[in-house]
Amino acid sequence: MTTLASRDDDQTLSGRGSSWATTWRPRLKPLLLAATFPVAMLVLWHVFTVGRPGSLIPPPHEVWLELQDLAFGGINDDAFSRTLHIHLLASVSRVYGGFALALVVALPLGMLIGRVPLVRQVIDPTLQILRPVPVTAWLPLAMILFGLGPRSAFFLVFLGAFYPILVNTVFGVRSVEPRLFEAAAMLGCNGSAQFFRVVLPAALPSIFTGMRLGLGFAWVVIVVGEMTGVQTGLGAIIMEARQLSRTEIVISGMIVIGIVGFLSDQLVMLLGRRLLSWSPSHG
Amino acid sequence: MAEATIPILEMKNVGKTYSQNGRSIEALRGANLRVKKGEFICLIGASGCGKSTLLRMAAGFETATQGDNLMWGVPISGPGPSRGMVFQDYGLFPWLNVRDNIGFGPTSRGRPKAEIRETVDHFIDLVGLQRFADVYPHQLSGGMKQRVAIARVLANDAEVVLMDEPFGALDAMTRERLQDELVEIWSRTGLTVLFVTHAIDEAIFLADRVVVMSPGPGRIDNEYSIDLPRPRDTASAEFNEWRRLLSSQLHSHHRRKAG
Repeated sequence: MTTLASRDDDQTLSGRGSSWATTWRPRLKPLLLAATFPVAMLVLWHVFTVGRPGSLIPPPHEVWLELQDLAFGGINDDAFSRTLHIHLLASVSRVYGGFALALVVALPLGMLIGRVPLVRQVIDPTLQILRPVPVTAWLPLAMILFGLGPRSAFFLVFLGAFYPILVNTVFGVRSVEPRLFEAAAMLGCNGSAQFFRVVLPAALPSIFTGMRLGLGFAWVVIVVGEMTGVQTGLGAIIMEARQLSRTEIVISGMIVIGIVGFLSDQLVMLLGRRLLSWSPSHG
Repeated sequence: MAEATIPILEMKNVGKTYSQNGRSIEALRGANLRVKKGEFICLIGASGCGKSTLLRMAAGFETATQGDNLMWGVPISGPGPSRGMVFQDYGLFPWLNVRDNIGFGPTSRGRPKAEIRETVDHFIDLVGLQRFADVYPHQLSGGMKQRVAIARVLANDAEVVLMDEPFGALDAMTRERLQDELVEIWSRTGLTVLFVTHAIDEAIFLADRVVVMSPGPGRIDNEYSIDLPRPRDTASAEFNEWRRLLSSQLHSHHRRKAG
């Protein structure tokens, strides 16, 4: 550590690109480190696939061309060209629609379960028994109930986001420090006002964690939900391409899901940093 | 009857028995205490002497299982803004900055915004936190947090300030400074203070009256009026006499308990 630090000092003292050393390098270093592994994987991928017609996996540049064709067309000009926006919009609207519905149901329900003993006693055991059933195991039943099509996918997303939000909301509203209720009461804040001025803000970090997990899970589940009987969506395009042995499209679809899921998570994190700047573990 | 003759707080033969796992535990027995408006009272005693129980009853957090617990002659039925509490662990709302923590009480009671602002500014000045008005509790030191807790209670027009070992978790330097400041605020505002501590020096330095309690079951043993002039000199001979007296009082219980 000391040697590194003194070397840094020497560089700045000798005046060799002090703005580089002080402003750019600290920002660039994590980016470079983060890029090392994917670049290495890309190189390996290229080396092992390029120039081998029999390879099950297409080389990276073919996937790159396919991605461009999916987005803008003009390369293959087949049924998949320039369809990315349709599939992307379909998946995004299902993810956020199902997620929003899960929020609308899970937030109030979680608060009731957490704060009202009667509701907890009546509803919680049932929810706990249903919880271990994997969301994917609901797919066949969803298809029977809602038919083959986007409504089943929507339902799965809802279910996938529902439990993380519910469980974390219940935890959040139940684990408010008792001292804060005493503090509020002696300051003249009682009854339902306590719920809005103490319970809700105190539970916000937990609720937020639940939302983040729920949204992440929604992106996992959407692909499963779209794999059967759905015409549009990133899951649908992946499944269809597999049947046609268009592996470059399968991989392109995966890359798009990864990027969109990442951006979606970053958006939630940004929101969290604004809302929870008071919390040492979030701010 | 005139206000002056009715004590602001009065506990008549107050007792508290908890039942826990089928066993009953007597935390406090037959406690009598009269607090006049403007008095500074310290409750002192070993752990388990019921001093915190007594304080929490005055706050309305706990109800007595025996006796009467009165404020201005009216039974205390629950916590309320007339009796503000300062906790050892601060009890600040972590999602509110210093300003909003201090304004919590007035906001709860629906005071006009401009008035809240003015009140909050006044008490931020009083406890010397002008530079930290927009800071969240987790960014403050223990001493600063306790200043916020005190200001929060004062900003809510509390008549009685109940303090449960408020400086117990602070380092010695900070503790002494806050003791000075508390006496200063108290003498300027005419507050009534009920202060729980287990530190003899702290009690002698702060109190008009020291109430000595002892455990098993918790009860009040003795009361002493500390007639030393303020500000008090902890190194004076008189202070030392009080120290010796209270110390022997407190230690006699230990011997009794051990023997």
